[in-house]
Amino acid sequence: MNLRPDLAIIADHVAPGARVLDIGCGDGLLMAALRDAKGVDARGLELDAGNVAAAVGRGLSVIQGDADTDLADYPARSFDYAILSQTLQTCRAPDKVLDELLRIGRRAFVSFPNFAHWRVRLSLLWGGRMPVTRLLPERWYDTPNIHHLTVDDFRAYLKEHGVAVEGAWFLSRGRKTTSAAANVLAEHAVFLLRGTETHNAG
Amino acid sequence: MSDDQRFGPGRHVVLPGPLRLDGGGALAPVEIAYETYGTLAPDAGNAVLICHALTMDQYVASPHPRTGKPGWWTAMVGPGRPIDTDRLFVVCANVLGSCMGSSGPATIDPATGREYAMAFPVITIRDMVRAQAMLLDHLGVARLKAVVGGSMGGMQALSWAATFPDRVEAAVVIASAARHSAQNIAFHEVGRQAVMADPLWNGGDYYRGEPPAAGLAVARMAAHITYLSEAGLTEKFGRRLQARDAKSFGFDADFQVESYLRHQGLSFVDRFDANSYLYITRAMDYFDLAEEHGGRLANAFRGSGARFCLVSFDTDWLYPTRESRAIVHALNAAGAAVSFMELSSPYGHDAFLLDAPELYRVVTGFMGGGA
Repeated sequence: MNLRPDLAIIADHVAPGARVLDIGCGDGLLMAALRDAKGVDARGLELDAGNVAAAVGRGLSVIQGDADTDLADYPARSFDYAILSQTLQTCRAPDKVLDELLRIGRRAFVSFPNFAHWRVRLSLLWGGRMPVTRLLPERWYDTPNIHHLTVDDFRAYLKEHGVAVEGAWFLSRGRKTTSAAANVLAEHAVFLLRGTETHNAG
Repeated sequence: MSDDQRFGPGRHVVLPGPLRLDGGGALAPVEIAYETYGTLAPDAGNAVLICHALTMDQYVASPHPRTGKPGWWTAMVGPGRPIDTDRLFVVCANVLGSCMGSSGPATIDPATGREYAMAFPVITIRDMVRAQAMLLDHLGVARLKAVVGGSMGGMQALSWAATFPDRVEAAVVIASAARHSAQNIAFHEVGRQAVMADPLWNGGDYYRGEPPAAGLAVARMAAHITYLSEAGLTEKFGRRLQARDAKSFGFDADFQVESYLRHQGLSFVDRFDANSYLYITRAMDYFDLAEEHGGRLANAFRGSGARFCLVSFDTDWLYPTRESRAIVHALNAAGAAVSFMELSSPYGHDAFLLDAPELYRVVTGFMGGGA
Protein backbone atom coordinates (compact mmCIF):
# COMPACT_ATOMS: atom_id res chain seq x y z
CA MET A 1 0.00 0.00 0.00
CA ASN A 2 1.59 3.25 -1.15
CA LEU A 3 0.33 6.06 1.02
CA ARG A 4 0.88 9.72 0.25
CA PRO A 5 3.82 10.95 2.41
CA ASP A 6 1.63 13.01 4.77
CA LEU A 7 -0.76 10.06 5.20
CA ALA A 8 2.18 7.73 5.84
CA ILE A 9 3.31 9.98 8.70
CA ILE A 10 -0.20 9.98 10.16
CA ALA A 11 -0.47 6.21 9.77
CA ASP A 12 2.88 5.76 11.55
CA HIS A 13 1.71 7.75 14.56
CA VAL A 14 -1.80 6.41 15.15
CA ALA A 15 -1.87 3.97 18.06
CA PRO A 16 -3.02 0.41 17.30
CA GLY A 17 -6.70 -0.29 17.98
CA ALA A 18 -7.57 3.42 18.17
CA ARG A 19 -10.89 4.93 17.10
CA VAL A 20 -10.30 7.29 14.18
CA LEU A 21 -12.48 9.74 12.28
CA ASP A 22 -11.02 10.65 8.88
CA ILE A 23 -12.59 13.89 7.69
CA GLY A 24 -12.38 14.23 3.94
CA CYS A 25 -11.34 10.59 3.71
CA GLY A 26 -11.47 10.37 -0.10
CA ASP A 27 -11.76 6.78 -1.26
CA GLY A 28 -10.70 5.49 2.16
CA LEU A 29 -7.09 4.54 1.39
CA LEU A 30 -5.75 5.77 4.76
CA MET A 31 -8.66 4.26 6.69
CA ALA A 32 -8.16 0.89 5.02
CA ALA A 33 -4.42 1.02 5.75
CA LEU A 34 -5.05 1.86 9.40
CA ARG A 35 -7.62 -0.89 9.72
CA ASP A 36 -5.50 -3.54 8.03
CA ALA A 37 -2.15 -2.67 9.62
CA LYS A 38 -3.22 -1.54 13.08
CA GLY A 39 -6.71 -2.86 13.74
CA VAL A 40 -7.97 0.70 13.91
CA ASP A 41 -11.74 1.31 14.12
CA ALA A 42 -11.97 3.95 11.39
CA ARG A 43 -14.92 6.09 10.35
CA GLY A 44 -14.96 8.55 7.48
CA LEU A 45 -16.68 11.70 6.26
CA GLU A 46 -16.47 12.55 2.56
CA LEU A 47 -18.23 14.99 0.27
CA ASP A 48 -17.92 13.14 -3.04
CA ALA A 49 -20.48 10.37 -3.60
CA GLY A 50 -18.16 8.37 -5.87
CA ASN A 51 -15.47 8.37 -3.19
CA VAL A 52 -18.00 7.29 -0.56
CA ALA A 53 -19.09 4.38 -2.75
CA ALA A 54 -15.46 3.35 -3.27
CA ALA A 55 -14.76 3.50 0.47
CA VAL A 56 -17.91 1.51 1.31
CA GLY A 57 -16.67 -1.02 -1.26
CA ARG A 58 -13.53 -1.40 0.87
CA GLY A 59 -15.80 -2.39 3.74
CA LEU A 60 -15.38 0.97 5.47
CA SER A 61 -17.99 3.06 7.29
CA VAL A 62 -18.16 6.38 5.49
CA ILE A 63 -20.81 9.09 5.57
CA GLN A 64 -21.39 11.42 2.69
CA GLY A 65 -21.26 14.83 4.26
CA ASP A 66 -19.54 18.17 4.58
CA ALA A 67 -16.86 19.01 7.16
CA ASP A 68 -18.28 22.54 7.29
CA THR A 69 -21.74 21.42 8.42
CA ASP A 70 -21.76 17.81 9.60
CA LEU A 71 -19.17 17.63 12.37
CA ALA A 72 -21.47 19.10 15.02
CA ASP A 73 -23.34 15.80 15.20
CA TYR A 74 -20.41 13.83 16.58
CA PRO A 75 -20.26 13.69 20.37
CA ALA A 76 -17.26 15.31 22.11
CA ARG A 77 -14.18 13.11 22.45
CA SER A 78 -15.85 10.26 20.60
CA PHE A 79 -12.62 9.45 18.71
CA ASP A 80 -9.01 8.93 19.76
CA TYR A 81 -7.91 10.74 16.61
CA ALA A 82 -9.69 13.08 14.23
CA ILE A 83 -7.83 13.45 10.94
CA LEU A 84 -8.11 16.34 8.51
CA SER A 85 -5.69 15.74 5.67
CA GLN A 86 -5.46 18.21 2.77
CA THR A 87 -8.93 19.48 3.52
CA LEU A 88 -8.48 22.49 5.82
CA GLN A 89 -7.71 24.84 2.92
CA THR A 90 -10.94 23.79 1.15
CA CYS A 91 -13.27 24.49 4.10
CA ARG A 92 -15.52 27.54 4.12
CA ALA A 93 -14.85 28.13 7.82
CA PRO A 94 -11.54 26.39 8.65
CA ASP A 95 -11.44 27.84 12.18
CA LYS A 96 -14.82 26.31 13.02
CA VAL A 97 -13.77 23.01 11.48
CA LEU A 98 -10.61 23.03 13.62
CA ASP A 99 -12.72 23.69 16.73
CA GLU A 100 -14.90 20.69 15.91
CA LEU A 101 -11.87 18.56 15.15
CA LEU A 102 -10.33 19.31 18.53
CA ARG A 103 -13.68 18.73 20.26
CA ILE A 104 -14.39 15.36 18.63
CA GLY A 105 -10.89 13.89 18.83
CA ARG A 106 -8.70 13.43 21.88
CA ARG A 107 -5.96 14.21 19.36
CA ALA A 108 -6.14 15.64 15.88
CA PHE A 109 -3.94 15.32 12.82
CA VAL A 110 -4.04 18.24 10.40
CA SER A 111 -2.12 18.22 7.14
CA PHE A 112 -2.12 20.98 4.55
CA PRO A 113 -0.07 22.30 1.64
CA ASN A 114 2.22 25.19 2.57
CA PHE A 115 1.48 28.23 0.43
CA ALA A 116 4.75 29.87 1.57
CA HIS A 117 6.92 27.23 -0.09
CA TRP A 118 9.71 28.90 -2.11
CA ARG A 119 8.38 27.60 -5.40
CA VAL A 120 5.03 29.24 -4.71
CA ARG A 121 6.75 32.47 -3.64
CA LEU A 122 8.89 32.55 -6.78
CA SER A 123 5.95 31.90 -9.00
CA LEU A 124 4.05 34.85 -7.58
CA LEU A 125 7.08 37.12 -7.14
CA TRP A 126 8.69 36.66 -10.57
CA GLY A 127 5.84 35.36 -12.65
CA GLY A 128 3.18 37.54 -11.11
CA ARG A 129 0.80 34.62 -11.53
CA MET A 130 -0.97 32.47 -8.97
CA PRO A 131 1.18 29.36 -8.64
CA VAL A 132 0.38 26.08 -10.37
CA THR A 133 2.73 23.50 -8.86
CA ARG A 134 2.93 19.74 -8.45
CA LEU A 135 1.06 19.92 -5.16
CA LEU A 136 -1.21 22.80 -6.16
CA PRO A 137 -2.06 21.80 -9.70
CA GLU A 138 -5.32 23.70 -10.14
CA ARG A 139 -5.54 27.15 -11.66
CA TRP A 140 -6.96 30.09 -9.70
CA TYR A 141 -10.50 29.65 -10.97
CA ASP A 142 -10.92 25.91 -10.52
CA THR A 143 -9.04 25.30 -7.28
CA PRO A 144 -10.94 23.86 -4.31
CA ASN A 145 -8.41 25.67 -2.09
CA ILE A 146 -10.25 28.75 -0.92
CA HIS A 147 -8.35 29.49 2.30
CA HIS A 148 -4.65 29.57 1.52
CA LEU A 149 -2.41 29.23 4.56
CA THR A 150 1.26 28.82 5.40
CA VAL A 151 3.11 26.88 8.06
CA ASP A 152 3.69 30.11 9.99
CA ASP A 153 0.03 31.12 9.67
CA PHE A 154 -0.98 27.81 11.19
CA ARG A 155 1.61 28.07 13.98
CA ALA A 156 0.33 31.55 14.81
CA TYR A 157 -3.27 30.30 14.81
CA LEU A 158 -2.42 27.50 17.24
CA LYS A 159 -0.63 29.93 19.54
CA GLU A 160 -3.47 32.45 19.52
CA HIS A 161 -6.02 29.73 20.27
CA GLY A 162 -3.89 27.96 22.89
CA VAL A 163 -3.84 24.67 21.03
CA ALA A 164 -1.15 22.26 22.26
CA VAL A 165 1.08 20.73 19.57
CA GLU A 166 2.26 17.17 20.18
CA GLY A 167 4.09 16.74 16.92
CA ALA A 168 4.88 18.42 13.62
CA TRP A 169 6.36 17.05 10.43
CA PHE A 170 7.37 18.93 7.29
CA LEU A 171 7.74 17.43 3.86
CA SER A 172 9.36 18.42 0.63
CA ARG A 173 9.20 16.03 -2.31
CA GLY A 174 8.13 13.30 0.10
CA ARG A 175 11.18 13.80 2.37
CA LYS A 176 11.20 15.29 5.82
CA THR A 177 12.62 18.77 6.12
CA THR A 178 13.63 20.79 9.18
CA SER A 179 11.15 22.57 11.38
CA ALA A 180 13.13 25.82 11.50
CA ALA A 181 13.04 26.50 7.76
CA ALA A 182 9.68 24.79 7.21
CA ASN A 183 7.85 27.92 6.13
CA VAL A 184 10.15 28.26 3.12
CA LEU A 185 11.19 24.69 2.41
CA ALA A 186 8.15 22.55 3.22
CA GLU A 187 5.62 21.79 0.51
CA HIS A 188 3.44 20.11 3.07
CA ALA A 189 2.93 20.12 6.82
CA VAL A 190 1.45 17.61 9.25
CA PHE A 191 0.55 18.65 12.79
CA LEU A 192 -0.55 16.46 15.68
CA LEU A 193 -2.68 18.54 18.05
CA ARG A 194 -4.11 17.80 21.45
CA GLY A 195 -7.90 17.87 21.70
CA THR A 196 -9.81 20.37 23.78
CA GLU A 197 -10.50 19.32 27.37
CA THR A 198 -14.23 19.15 27.86
CA HIS A 199 -15.75 18.88 31.28
CA ASN A 200 -19.32 18.44 30.25
CA ALA A 201 -18.95 16.23 27.23
CA GLY A 202 -22.03 15.13 25.35
CA MET B 1 -31.66 -29.49 2.62
CA SER B 2 -33.33 -29.52 -0.78
CA ASP B 3 -36.16 -31.71 0.49
CA ASP B 4 -36.77 -29.49 3.52
CA GLN B 5 -40.23 -28.08 2.90
CA ARG B 6 -39.42 -24.92 4.84
CA PHE B 7 -37.19 -23.64 2.04
CA GLY B 8 -37.92 -22.46 -1.48
CA PRO B 9 -40.32 -20.18 -3.32
CA GLY B 10 -44.02 -19.93 -2.54
CA ARG B 11 -43.81 -21.12 1.08
CA HIS B 12 -46.46 -20.67 3.76
CA VAL B 13 -46.36 -21.52 7.44
CA VAL B 14 -48.85 -21.38 10.28
CA LEU B 15 -47.07 -20.70 13.56
CA PRO B 16 -49.01 -21.32 16.79
CA GLY B 17 -48.15 -17.95 18.30
CA PRO B 18 -49.19 -16.09 20.25
CA LEU B 19 -47.65 -12.95 18.82
CA ARG B 20 -47.93 -10.18 21.39
CA LEU B 21 -48.87 -6.89 19.73
CA ASP B 22 -47.83 -3.30 20.52
CA GLY B 23 -51.49 -2.26 20.49
CA GLY B 24 -52.31 -4.83 23.19
CA GLY B 25 -53.63 -8.31 22.76
CA ALA B 26 -52.11 -11.14 20.79
CA LEU B 27 -52.50 -12.93 17.50
CA ALA B 28 -52.72 -16.70 17.30
CA PRO B 29 -52.12 -18.52 15.11
CA VAL B 30 -49.78 -16.44 12.93
CA GLU B 31 -49.72 -17.21 9.23
CA ILE B 32 -46.71 -16.12 7.22
CA ALA B 33 -46.23 -16.46 3.47
CA TYR B 34 -42.64 -16.21 2.34
CA GLU B 35 -40.01 -17.09 -0.21
CA THR B 36 -36.43 -18.22 0.26
CA TYR B 37 -33.63 -18.13 -2.28
CA GLY B 38 -30.17 -19.66 -2.10
CA THR B 39 -29.00 -22.18 0.45
CA LEU B 40 -28.78 -21.73 4.19
CA ALA B 41 -25.19 -22.40 5.32
CA PRO B 42 -24.69 -25.25 7.81
CA ASP B 43 -23.95 -22.67 10.53
CA ALA B 44 -26.92 -20.54 9.34
CA GLY B 45 -24.52 -17.60 9.08
CA ASN B 46 -25.44 -16.40 5.59
CA ALA B 47 -29.08 -15.39 6.07
CA VAL B 48 -30.35 -12.07 4.74
CA LEU B 49 -33.87 -10.79 5.36
CA ILE B 50 -35.43 -8.55 2.71
CA CYS B 51 -38.25 -6.36 4.03
CA HIS B 52 -40.81 -5.14 1.53
CA ALA B 53 -42.41 -1.75 1.07
CA LEU B 54 -46.10 -0.94 1.63
CA THR B 55 -47.64 -2.47 -1.47
CA MET B 56 -44.92 -4.97 -2.29
CA ASP B 57 -44.87 -8.59 -1.25
CA GLN B 58 -42.68 -11.65 -0.74
CA TYR B 59 -42.03 -12.07 -4.47
CA VAL B 60 -38.82 -10.07 -4.38
CA ALA B 61 -36.96 -12.13 -6.96
CA SER B 62 -39.50 -14.45 -8.53
CA PRO B 63 -42.50 -13.79 -10.76
CA HIS B 64 -45.66 -12.53 -9.06
CA PRO B 65 -48.25 -15.32 -9.27
CA ARG B 66 -51.16 -12.92 -9.82
CA THR B 67 -49.66 -10.42 -12.25
CA GLY B 68 -47.01 -12.60 -13.89
CA LYS B 69 -44.56 -9.71 -13.57
CA PRO B 70 -40.95 -10.31 -12.47
CA GLY B 71 -40.03 -9.90 -8.81
CA TRP B 72 -39.93 -6.30 -7.61
CA TRP B 73 -36.21 -6.24 -6.81
CA THR B 74 -34.66 -8.70 -9.26
CA ALA B 75 -31.88 -6.22 -10.01
CA MET B 76 -30.89 -6.26 -6.32
CA VAL B 77 -31.53 -9.87 -5.32
CA GLY B 78 -30.40 -12.91 -7.28
CA PRO B 79 -27.38 -14.86 -8.48
CA GLY B 80 -24.43 -12.48 -8.90
CA ARG B 81 -26.59 -9.54 -7.81
CA PRO B 82 -25.65 -7.12 -4.98
CA ILE B 83 -27.52 -9.45 -2.62
CA ASP B 84 -26.02 -12.55 -4.13
CA THR B 85 -28.17 -15.66 -3.75
CA ASP B 86 -25.21 -17.79 -4.90
CA ARG B 87 -23.63 -17.24 -1.49
CA LEU B 88 -26.40 -15.75 0.65
CA PHE B 89 -29.62 -17.32 1.91
CA VAL B 90 -32.34 -14.76 1.30
CA VAL B 91 -35.73 -14.69 3.02
CA CYS B 92 -38.57 -12.37 2.06
CA ALA B 93 -41.86 -12.61 3.94
CA ASN B 94 -45.22 -11.02 3.27
CA VAL B 95 -45.67 -8.62 6.19
CA LEU B 96 -48.19 -9.10 8.93
CA GLY B 97 -51.44 -7.36 7.93
CA SER B 98 -50.88 -7.77 4.23
CA CYS B 99 -52.84 -9.77 1.70
CA MET B 100 -50.51 -12.18 -0.04
CA GLY B 101 -50.81 -15.04 2.42
CA SER B 102 -49.74 -13.64 5.79
CA SER B 103 -52.22 -12.99 8.61
CA GLY B 104 -54.23 -9.89 7.77
CA PRO B 105 -57.77 -8.57 7.60
CA ALA B 106 -58.65 -11.03 4.81
CA THR B 107 -57.59 -14.02 6.94
CA ILE B 108 -60.29 -16.19 8.48
CA ASP B 109 -60.64 -15.50 12.20
CA PRO B 110 -60.69 -18.95 13.83
CA ALA B 111 -63.02 -17.59 16.51
CA THR B 112 -65.79 -16.64 14.09
CA GLY B 113 -65.09 -18.60 10.91
CA ARG B 114 -65.32 -15.33 8.96
CA GLU B 115 -62.71 -12.91 7.66
CA TYR B 116 -61.27 -10.69 10.37
CA ALA B 117 -61.97 -7.55 8.30
CA MET B 118 -61.81 -4.57 10.69
CA ALA B 119 -61.71 -6.94 13.68
CA PHE B 120 -58.10 -7.62 12.78
CA PRO B 121 -55.93 -5.96 15.45
CA VAL B 122 -54.15 -2.74 14.51
CA ILE B 123 -50.49 -3.64 14.07
CA THR B 124 -47.20 -1.77 14.12
CA ILE B 125 -43.92 -1.98 12.22
CA ARG B 126 -42.44 -3.65 15.31
CA ASP B 127 -45.23 -6.24 15.29
CA MET B 128 -44.31 -7.03 11.67
CA VAL B 129 -40.69 -7.43 12.75
CA ARG B 130 -41.63 -9.72 15.65
CA ALA B 131 -43.62 -11.89 13.24
CA GLN B 132 -40.58 -12.07 10.94
CA ALA B 133 -38.47 -13.10 13.94
CA MET B 134 -40.90 -15.97 14.58
CA LEU B 135 -40.47 -17.04 10.96
CA LEU B 136 -36.67 -16.96 11.30
CA ASP B 137 -36.92 -19.12 14.43
CA HIS B 138 -38.93 -21.58 12.36
CA LEU B 139 -36.24 -21.53 9.65
CA GLY B 140 -33.43 -22.05 12.18
CA VAL B 141 -31.90 -18.60 11.63
CA ALA B 142 -30.72 -17.12 14.92
CA ARG B 143 -28.75 -14.21 13.47
CA LEU B 144 -29.10 -12.21 10.28
CA LYS B 145 -26.03 -11.38 8.24
CA ALA B 146 -28.10 -8.44 7.05
CA VAL B 147 -31.59 -7.04 7.06
CA VAL B 148 -32.34 -4.96 3.98
CA GLY B 149 -35.28 -2.78 3.04
CA GLY B 150 -36.45 0.33 1.24
CA SER B 151 -39.22 2.72 2.31
CA MET B 152 -41.42 0.79 4.78
CA GLY B 153 -38.89 -2.04 4.41
CA GLY B 154 -36.25 0.36 5.70
CA MET B 155 -38.41 1.10 8.74
CA GLN B 156 -38.54 -2.63 9.41
CA ALA B 157 -34.76 -2.89 9.01
CA LEU B 158 -34.30 -0.09 11.58
CA SER B 159 -36.86 -1.69 13.87
CA TRP B 160 -35.02 -5.02 13.56
CA ALA B 161 -31.73 -3.46 14.68
CA ALA B 162 -33.46 -1.75 17.60
CA THR B 163 -35.71 -4.65 18.67
CA PHE B 164 -33.29 -7.55 18.17
CA PRO B 165 -29.79 -6.01 18.45
CA ASP B 166 -28.22 -9.43 18.98
CA ARG B 167 -29.79 -10.89 15.86
CA VAL B 168 -28.64 -8.30 13.29
CA GLU B 169 -25.08 -7.97 11.96
CA ALA B 170 -25.84 -5.32 9.34
CA ALA B 171 -28.77 -3.20 8.20
CA VAL B 172 -29.35 -1.56 4.82
CA VAL B 173 -31.94 1.21 4.95
CA ILE B 174 -32.87 2.81 1.62
CA ALA B 175 -35.11 5.84 1.04
CA SER B 176 -36.65 5.55 4.50
CA ALA B 177 -37.18 7.33 7.80
CA ALA B 178 -37.21 6.68 11.55
CA ARG B 179 -40.69 8.18 11.84
CA HIS B 180 -43.57 9.28 9.71
CA SER B 181 -43.84 13.03 9.28
CA ALA B 182 -47.13 14.91 9.47
CA GLN B 183 -47.04 15.16 5.68
CA ASN B 184 -46.58 11.40 5.33
CA ILE B 185 -49.51 10.79 7.68
CA ALA B 186 -51.60 13.34 5.80
CA PHE B 187 -51.14 11.58 2.47
CA HIS B 188 -51.97 8.24 4.03
CA GLU B 189 -55.13 9.70 5.56
CA VAL B 190 -56.27 10.84 2.11
CA GLY B 191 -55.86 7.28 0.89
CA ARG B 192 -57.68 5.74 3.83
CA GLN B 193 -60.55 8.20 3.52
CA ALA B 194 -60.86 7.39 -0.18
CA VAL B 195 -61.21 3.68 0.68
CA MET B 196 -63.66 4.26 3.50
CA ALA B 197 -65.75 6.69 1.44
CA ASP B 198 -66.43 3.96 -1.11
CA PRO B 199 -69.93 2.58 -0.31
CA LEU B 200 -68.71 -0.89 -1.20
CA TRP B 201 -66.20 -0.72 1.66
CA ASN B 202 -69.14 -1.42 4.00
CA GLY B 203 -67.26 -0.96 7.25
CA GLY B 204 -64.56 -3.30 5.97
CA ASP B 205 -67.00 -6.16 5.53
CA TYR B 206 -66.89 -6.73 1.77
CA TYR B 207 -65.16 -10.08 1.38
CA ARG B 208 -68.36 -11.89 0.37
CA GLY B 209 -69.22 -9.24 -2.22
CA GLU B 210 -67.66 -6.56 -4.41
CA PRO B 211 -64.50 -4.93 -3.00
CA PRO B 212 -64.24 -1.11 -2.74
CA ALA B 213 -62.15 -0.93 -5.88
CA ALA B 214 -62.93 2.70 -6.76
CA GLY B 215 -61.85 3.97 -3.34
CA LEU B 216 -58.68 1.87 -3.33
CA ALA B 217 -57.81 3.02 -6.86
CA VAL B 218 -58.06 6.67 -5.78
CA ALA B 219 -55.90 5.91 -2.74
CA ARG B 220 -53.31 4.37 -5.01
CA MET B 221 -53.41 7.30 -7.42
CA ALA B 222 -52.77 9.79 -4.63
CA ALA B 223 -49.98 7.67 -3.18
CA HIS B 224 -48.41 7.14 -6.56
CA ILE B 225 -47.89 10.88 -7.01
CA THR B 226 -45.87 10.92 -3.78
CA TYR B 227 -43.57 8.20 -5.13
CA LEU B 228 -42.53 10.33 -8.13
CA SER B 229 -40.82 13.68 -8.50
CA GLU B 230 -42.18 16.72 -10.24
CA ALA B 231 -39.26 16.65 -12.65
CA GLY B 232 -39.85 12.95 -13.32
CA LEU B 233 -43.54 13.49 -14.01
CA THR B 234 -42.82 16.46 -16.26
CA GLU B 235 -40.18 14.53 -18.17
CA LYS B 236 -42.44 11.50 -18.59
CA PHE B 237 -45.74 13.21 -19.41
CA GLY B 238 -45.47 16.98 -19.50
CA ARG B 239 -48.89 18.30 -20.52
CA ARG B 240 -49.18 15.90 -23.41
CA LEU B 241 -52.66 14.69 -24.34
CA GLN B 242 -53.59 11.02 -24.33
CA ALA B 243 -54.75 9.52 -27.68
CA ARG B 244 -56.34 12.72 -28.88
CA ASP B 245 -55.38 15.93 -30.65
CA ALA B 246 -57.38 18.43 -28.63
CA LYS B 247 -58.80 18.83 -25.14
CA SER B 248 -62.26 17.31 -24.80
CA PHE B 249 -63.59 19.99 -22.44
CA GLY B 250 -64.89 17.19 -20.27
CA PHE B 251 -63.64 14.88 -17.54
CA ASP B 252 -62.15 12.07 -19.53
CA ALA B 253 -58.46 11.42 -19.06
CA ASP B 254 -57.32 14.04 -21.57
CA PHE B 255 -53.79 14.23 -20.22
CA GLN B 256 -51.35 11.36 -20.37
CA VAL B 257 -50.60 11.78 -16.68
CA GLU B 258 -54.29 11.26 -15.84
CA SER B 259 -54.48 8.15 -17.94
CA TYR B 260 -51.29 6.85 -16.32
CA LEU B 261 -52.60 7.40 -12.80
CA ARG B 262 -55.94 5.76 -13.62
CA HIS B 263 -54.06 2.77 -14.97
CA GLN B 264 -51.91 2.62 -11.81
CA GLY B 265 -55.02 2.78 -9.63
CA LEU B 266 -56.94 0.12 -11.55
CA SER B 267 -54.10 -2.38 -11.84
CA PHE B 268 -53.48 -2.03 -8.11
CA VAL B 269 -56.97 -3.11 -7.06
CA ASP B 270 -56.49 -6.45 -8.80
CA ARG B 271 -53.61 -7.38 -6.54
CA PHE B 272 -54.19 -5.60 -3.24
CA ASP B 273 -56.77 -5.74 -0.48
CA ALA B 274 -58.32 -2.43 0.61
CA ASN B 275 -58.39 -3.32 4.30
CA SER B 276 -54.72 -4.34 4.19
CA TYR B 277 -54.01 -0.91 2.73
CA LEU B 278 -55.69 0.67 5.76
CA TYR B 279 -53.82 -1.49 8.28
CA ILE B 280 -50.37 -1.16 6.75
CA THR B 281 -50.58 2.61 6.21
CA ARG B 282 -51.67 2.88 9.86
CA ALA B 283 -48.66 0.86 10.97
CA MET B 284 -46.39 3.22 9.06
CA ASP B 285 -48.09 6.31 10.52
CA TYR B 286 -47.61 4.99 14.05
CA PHE B 287 -43.93 4.32 13.42
CA ASP B 288 -41.64 6.55 15.51
CA LEU B 289 -38.48 4.77 16.53
CA ALA B 290 -37.32 7.59 18.80
CA GLU B 291 -40.61 7.61 20.68
CA GLU B 292 -40.20 3.88 21.34
CA HIS B 293 -36.86 4.69 23.00
CA GLY B 294 -37.54 7.54 25.38
CA GLY B 295 -37.66 10.22 22.70
CA ARG B 296 -34.00 9.90 21.72
CA LEU B 297 -33.34 8.13 18.45
CA ALA B 298 -29.73 7.34 19.45
CA ASN B 299 -31.09 5.24 22.33
CA ALA B 300 -32.72 2.93 19.79
CA PHE B 301 -29.27 1.84 18.63
CA ARG B 302 -27.39 1.74 21.96
CA GLY B 303 -27.29 -2.02 22.22
CA SER B 304 -26.61 -2.65 18.57
CA GLY B 305 -23.26 -3.78 17.26
CA ALA B 306 -24.61 -3.80 13.73
CA ARG B 307 -23.09 -2.02 10.73
CA PHE B 308 -25.53 0.31 9.00
CA CYS B 309 -25.75 1.53 5.43
CA LEU B 310 -28.23 4.27 4.58
CA VAL B 311 -29.02 5.58 1.15
CA SER B 312 -31.34 8.42 0.13
CA PHE B 313 -32.25 9.95 -3.23
CA ASP B 314 -32.03 13.67 -3.87
CA THR B 315 -35.47 13.95 -5.53
CA ASP B 316 -37.34 11.86 -2.92
CA TRP B 317 -39.68 14.28 -1.18
CA LEU B 318 -41.68 11.56 0.60
CA TYR B 319 -38.65 10.38 2.61
CA PRO B 320 -36.19 13.20 1.96
CA THR B 321 -32.46 13.03 2.64
CA ARG B 322 -32.82 14.94 5.91
CA GLU B 323 -34.77 11.98 7.35
CA SER B 324 -31.85 9.66 6.53
CA ARG B 325 -29.39 12.18 7.94
CA ALA B 326 -31.32 12.29 11.22
CA ILE B 327 -30.83 8.52 11.49
CA VAL B 328 -27.14 8.85 10.58
CA HIS B 329 -26.66 11.46 13.30
CA ALA B 330 -28.34 9.21 15.85
CA LEU B 331 -26.17 6.28 14.80
CA ASN B 332 -23.07 8.47 15.11
CA ALA B 333 -24.16 9.57 18.56
CA ALA B 334 -24.60 5.91 19.48
CA GLY B 335 -21.12 5.13 18.14
CA ALA B 336 -22.48 2.72 15.53
CA ALA B 337 -20.60 1.91 12.32
CA VAL B 338 -22.58 3.75 9.68
CA SER B 339 -22.23 4.56 6.01
CA PHE B 340 -24.47 7.00 4.21
CA MET B 341 -24.87 8.32 0.68
CA GLU B 342 -27.32 10.55 -1.07
CA LEU B 343 -27.68 9.38 -4.64
CA SER B 344 -28.80 11.54 -7.50
CA SER B 345 -31.84 10.40 -9.46
CA PRO B 346 -34.70 12.07 -11.33
CA TYR B 347 -37.21 9.44 -10.17
CA GLY B 348 -38.13 10.54 -6.65
CA HIS B 349 -38.96 7.97 -3.98
CA ASP B 350 -39.45 5.23 -6.59
CA ALA B 351 -35.75 5.46 -7.48
CA PHE B 352 -34.90 2.62 -5.11
CA LEU B 353 -37.02 0.22 -7.18
CA LEU B 354 -35.80 1.42 -10.57
CA ASP B 355 -32.49 0.81 -12.27
CA ALA B 356 -29.92 2.41 -9.94
CA PRO B 357 -26.36 1.24 -10.70
CA GLU B 358 -24.85 3.43 -7.95
CA LEU B 359 -27.20 1.89 -5.40
CA TYR B 360 -26.19 -1.61 -6.51
CA ARG B 361 -22.53 -0.62 -6.26
CA VAL B 362 -22.90 0.65 -2.70
CA VAL B 363 -24.94 -2.36 -1.56
CA THR B 364 -22.50 -4.76 -3.24
CA GLY B 365 -19.61 -3.07 -1.45
CA PHE B 366 -21.42 -2.99 1.87
CA MET B 367 -22.43 -6.64 1.61
CA GLY B 368 -18.78 -7.52 1.11
CA GLY B 369 -19.16 -8.73 -2.43
CA GLY B 370 -17.23 -5.86 -3.97
CA ALA B 371 -13.60 -4.92 -4.47
